[in-house]
Amino acid sequence: MAGESDGKGWSPYLAGALVGVLAVVSALATTGLAGKTSYLGASTTFVRAAGLLEQRVAPEHVEANDYYTSKKVRVDWQFMLVAGIIVGALAASLTDRSFKWERVPPVWAERFGPSVGKRAVWAVLGGIVAMIGARMAGGCPSGHGLSGNMQLSVSGLVAMLLFLGAGIVVARFVYGGPKHE
Amino acid sequence: MSSQMLGLITGIFFGFLLQKGRVLRFERQIGFLRLQDMTVLKFMLSAIVVGMIGLHWLEAQEVIAFSRKSMNVGGVVLGGILFGAGWAVMGYCPGTSLGALGEGRWHAVFAVLGMLIGAALYAELYPAFKGSVLAWKDFGKIGLPEVLGTCPAVVIVIYAAVVVALCACIERRKR
Repeated sequence: MAGESDGKGWSPYLAGALVGVLAVVSALATTGLAGKTSYLGASTTFVRAAGLLEQRVAPEHVEANDYYTSKKVRVDWQFMLVAGIIVGALAASLTDRSFKWERVPPVWAERFGPSVGKRAVWAVLGGIVAMIGARMAGGCPSGHGLSGNMQLSVSGLVAMLLFLGAGIVVARFVYGGPKHE
Repeated sequence: MSSQMLGLITGIFFGFLLQKGRVLRFERQIGFLRLQDMTVLKFMLSAIVVGMIGLHWLEAQEVIAFSRKSMNVGGVVLGGILFGAGWAVMGYCPGTSLGALGEGRWHAVFAVLGMLIGAALYAELYPAFKGSVLAWKDFGKIGLPEVLGTCPAVVIVIYAAVVVALCACIERRKR
């Protein structure tokens, strides 16, 4: 198993339940502060970040793009939420010494070797496909999976089942079946 | 306080809990998709059930408003499949990729880079998708209670019961 050094983590049930509480408190806080309820999500931030970067080289192009205009290229609540995830994860990993510099994920290295270049190419390709999918679907495991299901939204449930279904099938091709271990 | 500041504070808590639940790691995400390690599923399902109860209570009191996403058939189905495929190769989802960076797994930077490129590509392809995949059929921002013709409380109880049964199965199988 992948986790002898994981002993000091929290039960996933507890940490998950606390994320549920966080989602509720956050809905209350954003409503109180901005008058509009915001829900946990992450993938739209990648659109805004891409837009902000693209603005540096081709500002007119970004301004003329319908998708960027509809998502408003700016640093908003969700953008800072996503930035906060990095800080929070860093802080948590320092409290129990689970912070670790890692060149290539061990599970990946076991199957495809220790090459950083190879991992980089596949991670970039996977990232491109995943983000096109997330934007097409209108959300990722945070926006659809967590927030959508919390609101009993049909799209959230359907999206989560498809994320998992497709992910399980492709993982089987890439890493082999569950009994190979 | 600005909404950006509130977002940052909320994100710090979110990242902290994702890390403490140990769901940020590549091996956890892939372990889940290979059906070998159910940590991510347990984490997600307990978050969903707790959040669901709280949010519906607040909504019933008219304190907050829901913001459901559209059930656009082409977008959700094709997008869902593409996302799942990319997730299995990349080993992260958008939120966890940044969390993984935070706990030192710097190779997650390639996943982040790929997703930024994907977002920029999507912005270019959007007009084409808008006239095709996204134009097939849109049921709008529907919820399960309307579809099932019942009140939210009943759906929540059923949803929670399914989650508890599923988690009980996982825990039993482990022993």
